[in-house]
Amino acid sequence: MARSRYAPDRGLTARMTATMFLLGLVFVVFVGLIIVIGAASKASIAIIVLFVVVLGGGMLIGSLFYSDKIALRTAGARVVTPEEAPQLHGMVDRICALADMPKPQVAISDSDIPNAFATGRNADHAVLCVTRGIQRRLDDNELEGVLAHELSHVAHKDVQVMTIASFLAIIAGLMIRMAFYSELFGGGRRSNNNQNAAMMMFAIMAVSIVVYAVSFLLIRMLSRYRELAADRSGALLTGQPSALKSALVKVSTEMARIPTRDLRAAEPLNAFFFAPAMALNSGGASLSKIFSTHPSLERRLAELDKVQQQLSGH
Amino acid sequence: MGLFDTILGRTKPAQPKLDDLFALPSAAITLDAGAGFKPTGSGSVCFRSVEGRSFSDVEKDVRDLLNVSSSNEGGLPVEVSKDSFGYTWLVSSHMSDDLEALVTDLHAVNSALVDNGFGPQLLCTLVSFRDDQERRLGLVYLFKRGTFYPFAPLAGERRDNALEMQVKGVIGDDLKFEPDLGRWFPVWGAPGL
Repeated sequence: MARSRYAPDRGLTARMTATMFLLGLVFVVFVGLIIVIGAASKASIAIIVLFVVVLGGGMLIGSLFYSDKIALRTAGARVVTPEEAPQLHGMVDRICALADMPKPQVAISDSDIPNAFATGRNADHAVLCVTRGIQRRLDDNELEGVLAHELSHVAHKDVQVMTIASFLAIIAGLMIRMAFYSELFGGGRRSNNNQNAAMMMFAIMAVSIVVYAVSFLLIRMLSRYRELAADRSGALLTGQPSALKSALVKVSTEMARIPTRDLRAAEPLNAFFFAPAMALNSGGASLSKIFSTHPSLERRLAELDKVQQQLSGH
Repeated sequence: MGLFDTILGRTKPAQPKLDDLFALPSAAITLDAGAGFKPTGSGSVCFRSVEGRSFSDVEKDVRDLLNVSSSNEGGLPVEVSKDSFGYTWLVSSHMSDDLEALVTDLHAVNSALVDNGFGPQLLCTLVSFRDDQERRLGLVYLFKRGTFYPFAPLAGERRDNALEMQVKGVIGDDLKFEPDLGRWFPVWGAPGL
């Protein structure tokens, strides 16, 4: 067995594990509190909780199942054949053959914003989309780096992982709304019994808000780690970390001049439909950092430097 | 990829399978008998270069190795070229009837890269054939899958799919063929084809 130049990054693995553990912990605490509150109250609350879980689960499965179609429509992209885009298809063919993964569908969006994303519920239903803007701005080597990054998202099953990770936030979000409306409409006719139920609803709302906030931050953190992981795998795959670095620099500086409205930021539940390639904000204030789905440019470049050293070591 | 790799966002780089390449010489005999295609004696290995000193050292060693072996046996020196996708092709040429020596050469390139830890960079190996009507055919060996598929280019970036299917019919039992047609990707302008 030849020695490996492709050892996993232990630090990144450890941080990702810790994040997931915290997310799981929050989930357990959340479920526990809901059960405690539900047990102390009337059956009507249990029905609401059940309804929310079913609804949330349905939304989750729906968004996972239709992630490719939704993302393509949102981005205004269409699937292209090898005859229409031979160079792009050729690049994807080769990267897939190097990585031994099935080839995704390839789509192009006419947008001039330099961006790319990969989505789909699994590797067999994946779509890889690039915009005209990124094709125009990057040279072949850089574009290949971006494609390898996106295909790494597919290989890591990031859409699945992020969708499941966001389940908690979806449930908590729905719970807040449900509790809010039942407070609103149930408030009129109050007997002693109803007052008790109203208190319970209030407690559920408070717990849900806290859970929503915490899980939101954890999901964002997880998303940033998964971007770093995709950067790393992509650079190892093509063997050209510098090309990816230069693509990141180009796109980030271009992006700075464009209004920073991430497609995914439009609606909290939409946030995890797809996993786009590029950070829209590079660095900036620390507050925007913890809300960001992507790591800062400096951080990504520094991690790619490590890959570069790893590859060139004797 | 296991569950843990998914959860942790890791991919193990795909390691190449090298041994099935040696099934080629016997399949070539069947191909000649069944479809009239003869090896041209030229074959190539395609890989993605890695930036940095370490890889260029290995690449140079491989070239020297092949040049020595081909000059001993009266073959032509090895040619190196880059395609439009940035991949490197090492082309080795031998006498057309000496497919064994060609495969040995190709295997030497593969092993040298693998031994130095660059196995994941190997893309494919291509051995070219031709029939009496000068139709071109390449047998492509995918390293990561350990499978073969035919590639028959026509003028103007079109593929002769009928011929490719015919070839699969003739030597499908002799070689491990790639079952997923979606992975029969074209290698337009491959050197040596």
